[in-house]
Amino acid sequence: MNIEILSGVSIQHYLWLSAILFVIGVFGVLSRRNAIIIFMSVELMLNAVNLLLVAFSKMHADTSGQVFVFFSMSVAAAEVAVGLAILVMLFRNMKTVDIEVLSKIKE
Amino acid sequence: MGITEIIFYILAFVGIVSAIVTVTARNPIYSILSLVICFFTISSHYVLMNAQFLAMVNIIVYAGAIIVLFLFVVMMMNLNELPEMSKGLIWKLAAAVGAGGLLLVMVASLKVSNELVQAQPDNSVGMIHALGRVLMGEFIVPFIMTSILLNSAMIGAVLLTKRENKFQKHHI
Repeated sequence: MNIEILSGVSIQHYLWLSAILFVIGVFGVLSRRNAIIIFMSVELMLNAVNLLLVAFSKMHADTSGQVFVFFSMSVAAAEVAVGLAILVMLFRNMKTVDIEVLSKIKE
Repeated sequence: MGITEIIFYILAFVGIVSAIVTVTARNPIYSILSLVICFFTISSHYVLMNAQFLAMVNIIVYAGAIIVLFLFVVMMMNLNELPEMSKGLIWKLAAAVGAGGLLLVMVASLKVSNELVQAQPDNSVGMIHALGRVLMGEFIVPFIMTSILLNSAMIGAVLLTKRENKFQKHHI
C-alpha cells in the first residue's frame, strides 16, 4: 500500500490530503449559513477530488484521469456561473443570502 | 527526507490551513482570499506531480475566473453591512461530528483497500502534448459537449441576472 508516486511521497499521502480537504469542505457546507461560503466549500470539495484524480493518474501513468479533471473543471465553472447568477437574483429580491431565510421562500 | 517530501508537507500544511480559514472566516472577503491560496497550493501539487497542463488550467479557471466571479459578487452584495448570521453552537458541533465521521469512514475504507498496482512511471503523461492528443482523439465528443455546456451556462447566467423589462411587462 506504500506506492511512491514521487520520491518519498506515496499515494497514501495524497489520499489523506484529499480526504482532509474534502472533509473541511463538508464541514463548511454543514456549518455555515452564508450561501456564498457554502458555494466556496463545494468548490473546495471539487478541488480535493480533482487532486486525488491527478494523483491516481500519475500513479497509473494514464492520461484519462487528467482528461476527466479537465472536464470536471469546466463543469465546475459552468456550475459557479449559474449558481452565482441565481444568488444575485435572489439577493436582489430578498436582500439576503442567508440560507435560513432562503429556505422559506417557497411559502 | 528528500526535498520533494518537504515541499509536499509544506504545500499540504498551507493548503489545509487556508481551507480551514476559508470555511471559518467571518468576513467573506478573507474567505475568498484564503481560497485563492488553497487553489494555488493545489496547482503546486499538480506541478509536483508533473501535470503541467492541469496546473495552468487550474490557475486560469479557478484563481482567474471563478474567484474573480466570487469576489465581484461579494463586493456587489456588500455583505459586511448585513447583520451577522451564524449557526448555533449545537449546529456547528453536529457539523463537526458529521464531517469527522465522514473522515473516519474514508480512512477505514482506505485501510482495507490494498489491491493497488503501480504502472511504469511515465513523465510525459501530464504534458500538454500527450493530453492534447487524447483530448482531441479519444475524448473529442465530450470535449465538444463541454463547449455547448459552457455556452448554455453563459446564456443562462445572463438571462437569470437580467432585470425584467418594465416596458414588456406593461404590454403583455
